[in-house]
Parts: sequence; C-alpha cells; structure tokens
Amino acid sequence: MVIAKVDLAFVQDATGPLTVRQFQAAGFEHLASNPRIALFLDHAAPSPDRGMSDDQALLRGFGQKTGALISEVGEGVCHQIVAESLAKPGDLIIGADSHTTTAGGLAAFACGMGSTDVAVIMGLGETWLRVPESIRVILTGSFPDGVYAKDLILHLIGLIGADGATYKALEFGGEAVANMTISQRLSVSNMVVEAGAKAGLFPSDETTRKYLSAQGRANDHRPLSPDEDAVYEQTINIDIARLEPTVARPHSVDNVAPAREIKGVPIHQVFIGTCTNGRLDDLAVAAQILRGKRRHPRTRLLVAPASRAVLLEAIRAGYIEAMVEAGAVVLPPGCGPCLGLHQGVLAKGENCLSTANRNFQGRMGSPEAFIYLGSPATAAATAIRGEVTDPREVM
Amino acid sequence: MATGRAFKFGDGVSTDHIIPGRFAHLRSNLPELAKHVMEDADPTFAARVRPGDFIVAGNNFGLGSSREHAPLVIKMAGVRAVLAKSVARIFFRNAINLGLPVLICDTSGIRDGDELDVDLKAGIIRDVSQSNEITFKGLPEVMLGILNEGGLLPYIQKYGKFRL
Repeated sequence: MVIAKVDLAFVQDATGPLTVRQFQAAGFEHLASNPRIALFLDHAAPSPDRGMSDDQALLRGFGQKTGALISEVGEGVCHQIVAESLAKPGDLIIGADSHTTTAGGLAAFACGMGSTDVAVIMGLGETWLRVPESIRVILTGSFPDGVYAKDLILHLIGLIGADGATYKALEFGGEAVANMTISQRLSVSNMVVEAGAKAGLFPSDETTRKYLSAQGRANDHRPLSPDEDAVYEQTINIDIARLEPTVARPHSVDNVAPAREIKGVPIHQVFIGTCTNGRLDDLAVAAQILRGKRRHPRTRLLVAPASRAVLLEAIRAGYIEAMVEAGAVVLPPGCGPCLGLHQGVLAKGENCLSTANRNFQGRMGSPEAFIYLGSPATAAATAIRGEVTDPREVM
Repeated sequence: MATGRAFKFGDGVSTDHIIPGRFAHLRSNLPELAKHVMEDADPTFAARVRPGDFIVAGNNFGLGSSREHAPLVIKMAGVRAVLAKSVARIFFRNAINLGLPVLICDTSGIRDGDELDVDLKAGIIRDVSQSNEITFKGLPEVMLGILNEGGLLPYIQKYGKFRL
C-alpha cells in the first residue's frame, strides 16, 4: 500500500456531479495544488435532457469557481483529450471513469476510481493505492491485413477472462510494441479494464516522443521501460501475426470468437467511435472500406469521432465525406450511443456491432438488445453487408 | 441484529445490471434512480428488497463502469452487505467509500431466500436457514479503517488525510 501524489485527476458529466457534491460535503473549499483537475462534458454531449443539462451546468459552475479545466461539449471523449493534451509518461492519473486506463498507452499509470475517491484527490492531492502485481504480455510479429489493435485486446481478454487481471497491471512489451502506433496502444490500454486490470502499461519510446512532439508537447516526453529485474506474476506470449478479426459476442467482453465464425448474424446498427476506436486511423480504415459503397438498407451506420481534432482531420482527409456518402450519420465528438443515453439507443430485439469496449446487457438501451464488439474494419464491413462480416472479405 | 434475506445472483453482474447508463440523467435525482436498482439483473428486486437484506453473488460482481451510483443505489435499498466470491476493483473501492460492506467469501452454499446474519468484527456470516457459518476474507487495513468510519467522507473529516 502506498499514499501517492496524483498528477492529473478528472471527472466526466456522468460521474462529476457526485464528485462535486462529495467535495463540498467533505468541507473542501479549494482544489489541492498538485494535480491538474479537468472536467469533461462528453458522456451526453450535447445534453439530451434537463437532468443532464443541470448536471453539466453544475460542473461548469464548479470549474469556473475553482479554476478546474472545463472541456466543453464537442471537444471530445475525456480519454482522447487526456491523451492528446494532458497525459505524460510516468504520470499518476486518476479519473472517475473506468476507461482511464487508456493513458497507459503513453506510459502513464492511469487508473479509474469512483466519484468520492476523485473528490478527495481534488481536495488532498493524493490517494491510496495497492501496488499491483504485474502480468507481462509479450507481443511478437506484425498485424496481418484486416487485423488491428482491437482484435489483439479482444483476443487477450478472451484468453484471460473478464476477471483475468483483477487488481493487477498488464504490462505490454516485446518486439512488436515498437511498431505499434500510439493510437493502437491507447486502444489496447483502454480495454484492459475489461479484464479487471487496474492499469495497462506500454513503454515510453521513440514512438511516444514523436506523438507528444506532434501535439506540441515534446518536453513532456521521457523514456520509460520496465526494470531489468522486474518480477512478473505471469507472462503471456501473443504472436500478432496469427490473430484474426475478432468479435466479442453478447453479453460479455470475454465471449470472443473469430468474426468468420459468427458471420451472418443480422446487424441493425453499426457504431464506429469511442475512446477505444474513434481516432483518425480508425476512421481512415472505416472510410477506406466504405468508400464507394453503401450501408446495407437494414443497417444504421453511426460515426462519432473521439475528439474535435480527430473530426477536423477526418474532414480534411476526406474520410467523413466517404462515410457520409456511404450512408453514415456523423455524431458530435463524444461518447455517442456507447452508454445507452442518447444518439442511437437500441430497441428490443436489435443487434448492434460497435467499436466500443463494452457489450453488457442493457448497456446501449433495451436489456433485450444484443451488442457485438469489433474493430472499425469489422464494423465497416458489417455495415455494408448488414450482417457480421470478416473485413478481409470486403478489403 | 435481525437477520436479512439472501438475494442470489450469478457471476459477472455488471454495473450496467445494477444501474444502467440509460438512467444517467437521474443521477442527481437519487430517489428516482434508486427505483431501478438491479433492474436488468432482476426486475423484481427493487420491489422485494427490504432494509437488512443481502445481495449474494458469484464471481466478479460489479465489473464495468466506475459509476459510484451502483453501490449507492444498493446502499439506498438498505442492503446490509454484498457477499461475493470475487468483486471488481472499482466497485469494491466505491462500496467501501460509501460504507457498504463487500465481503469476499464462498457464496456457493447460500440459497436464494436464506436468512443471513453477519458479524463484521468476528469475520463470520451466519446462514441461519442452514445453520452454517461462512468466514470471509478480511479487508485491507486502509479499507477497514474507511468502513469503520462509515465511509471515505467521515474518514477524511475525522483524520484529514489517508493513514496506512
């Protein structure tokens, strides 16, 4: 057990209002000096109803009073903004959102907690942590055509199960890591929590330096890699070259199968976006598959870029045009329909293929709807055929 | 103390089963939100649960979202403790922070509807219906300290900081 100073703490519009109330109930008046504090309006952006509007107004008021950073509606998903402009290698980042693990792709120890824990961090600047055991994941080989980081992390979760890393850190290494982009690393770290992990860590290397430099944050870089004598509870080896397009079936993320084995399942809604797969390279892959094609008449196609920066670049690159021509509805940067609040709520009996990270019963609307998870390529291929499709069939 | 009834659930009860994201607009209206507790796992739970009852689950209870409203609506329902074979990390921390005991134990022998009692100090759950005693895993010191104060806010108000 350690008590540790926190470098960045944040909340979003679904967890933040309780944090504000707990901060006030604890008797705190000012933010602690050390962590940067950010408030993200992303989970229901723009607000679909008065309840959420009041909650967002509460967060804006708290931000104005305390000086916390406010990330407005339309700026994007908290984890994407954290990666683009806030997270540094070696940071301790605590967010009131389970997918805070995303910033592990930039070698930050980033971990989700609840509203009250974050309220106390805002007031004290520190929290308690149990130092987790680590599982080493050695990645070799390179991604075959049609196979992406999403397929890798779905494969790993299928291998170890939805509680395979509970309370533990997953550390990614091996020769394949150097060739993985930051976006791919973020996708993998994003989903480690679906195996119960507390953090999912990549080393900070030359790729990390280039990413931070491109964001105008060259000074935020420092190289970080595991100690030579680090002790691991377990080592898992994955040859990426042997992976296939992979899908998680309802209603749990570890219920995985190769896309080819479940092809033919009719899909009523495809959703491309989220903190898992709403980045520029994700939209590029989807646009490439959709260009010159049409969505299947039965299948609604929803696209939500992970941030305003991603949306702008996707417009300039022509990805948005290609997807809209293919029949896509483009949603504002944010969480979109991922958590069942708005912008594509599923009806009873409907099937959705989503690039998000969770397929729990009831998550995207009706508890009698069914969610499949896959890569942006699998999603785009599925939108064209109207049924679960191995993307290699249309590439 | 009087006994409470066991409400039995299986493995992998997620925070979306406990309180789905589609009710996020009610998170600042807790009495309304609490009406939906456990709705997607058992739609009859909210109407049947009484103060002092227990949630008894299998592995990985509370996986998923960091939403503290999950343990909050369980606590508002008057549930005395959550008993599970294992529990997801964020839910565990959130529950203790709200003063809701989460006890890790072998729940396989407990039947739905069994009358239970718990002695937190002695570390024993009594299944009165079956005349059984079940031991549970002790909490880490810091979590025990938080639970003993009734949650993280009273703990911080008393001590002003974390104590290991």
